[in-house]
Amino acid sequence: MTAAPASPAKVRGETILAVDNLVKHFPISQGVLFKRQTGAVKAVDGVSFELRRGETLGVVGESGCGKSTLARLLMRLETPTSGRVTLEGRDLLKASGGELRRLRRNMQMVMQDPYTSLNPRMTVGDIIGEPFQIHPDAAPKGSRNKRVQELLEVVGLNPEHINRYPHQFSGGQRQRIGIARALALRPEVIVCDEPVSALDVSIQAQVINLLEKLQNEFGLSYIFIAHDLSVVRHIADRVAVMYLGKIVEIGTEDEIYERATHPYTQALLSAVPVPDPEVRADRTIIRLNGDVPSPADPPSGCRFRTRCWKAQEICATQEPHTVLRAADPHPSACHFAEVRPAVG
Amino acid sequence: MTHSAVFPSPASATPEGGHLLDVRDLHVEFRTSEGVAKVINGVSYHLDPGETLAVLGESGSGKSVTAQAIMGILDTPPAVIRSGQILYQGRDLLTLSEEQRRQVRGKEIAMIFQDALSALNPTFPVGWQIGETLRQREGMSRGDARRRAIELMDLVKIPAAARRIGDYPHQFSGGMRQRVMIAMSLAMDPKVLIADEPTTALDVTVQAQIMDLLADLRRDLNMAMILITHDLGVVAGVADRIAVMYAGRIIEHADVRSLYKAPAHPYTKGLLESIPRMDVRGQELSTIKGLPPNLMRIPSGCPFHPRCPYVQQVCIDVVPHDLVLGDGRTSACHFAQEVRDDSSTR
Repeated sequence: MTAAPASPAKVRGETILAVDNLVKHFPISQGVLFKRQTGAVKAVDGVSFELRRGETLGVVGESGCGKSTLARLLMRLETPTSGRVTLEGRDLLKASGGELRRLRRNMQMVMQDPYTSLNPRMTVGDIIGEPFQIHPDAAPKGSRNKRVQELLEVVGLNPEHINRYPHQFSGGQRQRIGIARALALRPEVIVCDEPVSALDVSIQAQVINLLEKLQNEFGLSYIFIAHDLSVVRHIADRVAVMYLGKIVEIGTEDEIYERATHPYTQALLSAVPVPDPEVRADRTIIRLNGDVPSPADPPSGCRFRTRCWKAQEICATQEPHTVLRAADPHPSACHFAEVRPAVG
Repeated sequence: MTHSAVFPSPASATPEGGHLLDVRDLHVEFRTSEGVAKVINGVSYHLDPGETLAVLGESGSGKSVTAQAIMGILDTPPAVIRSGQILYQGRDLLTLSEEQRRQVRGKEIAMIFQDALSALNPTFPVGWQIGETLRQREGMSRGDARRRAIELMDLVKIPAAARRIGDYPHQFSGGMRQRVMIAMSLAMDPKVLIADEPTTALDVTVQAQIMDLLADLRRDLNMAMILITHDLGVVAGVADRIAVMYAGRIIEHADVRSLYKAPAHPYTKGLLESIPRMDVRGQELSTIKGLPPNLMRIPSGCPFHPRCPYVQQVCIDVVPHDLVLGDGRTSACHFAQEVRDDSSTR
């Protein structure tokens, strides 16, 4: 298998995917005959970031923060309310028909649940080869089986198992099938939505190593969505932290894990259980009160203020923007951004 | 707490020298149309009053099935308890009649489950569900059961309990639902609480809240707890002892600190090395090669041998017995000493 499709000058580090002020509101309607919109769930509410070629951007946050909706928006499985997404300079949201198909070829997705994301009635060969039916030029008809077997080998499965069905594989192996399917069209960007959270610990490590190997081999860029902060630290170059539909802090892995300035990031990091009783004894855990507020009715000003120990007047009246802060030169959405002594 | 038919009431201590709960050489198999799966193959562990034992293992290791056998909620068939004893305060639960076991369930040993949403009935208010046990088992009046339900909801720190008692499960968040479940399990003042992956479905910040709550309750009510989990991180914070399960056996048993410091079984060692740690930065993760065994065809000798870096001929031929190491830890590995020495120098 050769690396990414041949097109001129692929410079590592240049922006491949740019997301600008992306918004998705799901309408809440009432009434049977005359439906009227009474509100909206603000699942993603103004998210901006850039993905650079060859890097892994981790997106972390708790359930309901909008990270999976973000993934679906990027894949255009949902239509955004507003915003702009450009993939290699071309507008992904305006594209349609053949243009959209060509763009999608360059961006693929690995889903969370390897049990439901594979059709139980299709053989592994058909599942991995299905993209070739939509994009017949990606692999000529006669060579498809060979190509599928190559893909199986790349993800560490036995190429002879091409005629087996998903239920004959374990969870980790199924996730490898999902990864092979995502690789079939030789994309440059892969969106991984919680790719290892359904797997056992000993299998997780195998899949993470596989993803890293593939990235080096094919120069892939990943958007890696996960709730497990340890996994994200391991795999990501840069990390975006989401809370209630917004990115509250974004920076390099080091900036987020060692020098976080947003209270939510700090609380999140401190709550991660460390598998070592001795280290654990000297950690201070920041306890957050209560639950994440409803995204249908987010708090005014800073959305985190209802759970924040630093909250003041200004937090309720003025929304903090995700901009560079004096405390540490990476974007953070807190009026009182400051570095806390290293977590961990 | 007035009419306990089977066991003398609260203060009654454990028989001298015995443990509160003592599982001895339990064997369970599942007879299915595809064959017999040997799910539990000689599990023994014990629990003393006020202590927390963590049972750690991956899917299919038999950690939940052991708990279900203790509770007497295994589906039989397909499950069959082949042999073994489950002694609670010296009496073998497996020899009791169904009615007698019902007296133990909830009152002596209670259990909470992973998925609170599916464990609660969506069509009844939570207060009614918490009070149900009290009305049925203790014969409490509706009003008394309701008052007690509010107390229990207060105990598990559900804010504004009196106002929320009429709410339905879907009106609560995941963390709050888990609290409702905990309140239900505490209704009869059990001496042992079995928590089966209580925080797996929850977010980290909420997970921390629930683990805190469980630790507080255990201390305040002096309950013993069996914490079943796959998460090495969660265990490190709360447990006194850990039993690690693999293919239906306990392969290592130790106090928490020494286990994390120097695991004495290659499986535990591999597991600890394969998790990315936020506090330690590494490059490639080390992995345990291969897959957990098919329980219908458990490998000969040591069940871990096909995946083990220490494997020798003896591992293929001979099932290793629990090797007792110096500090009272046990490890079911022919090379336990060696593995531990390797781990402690890493």
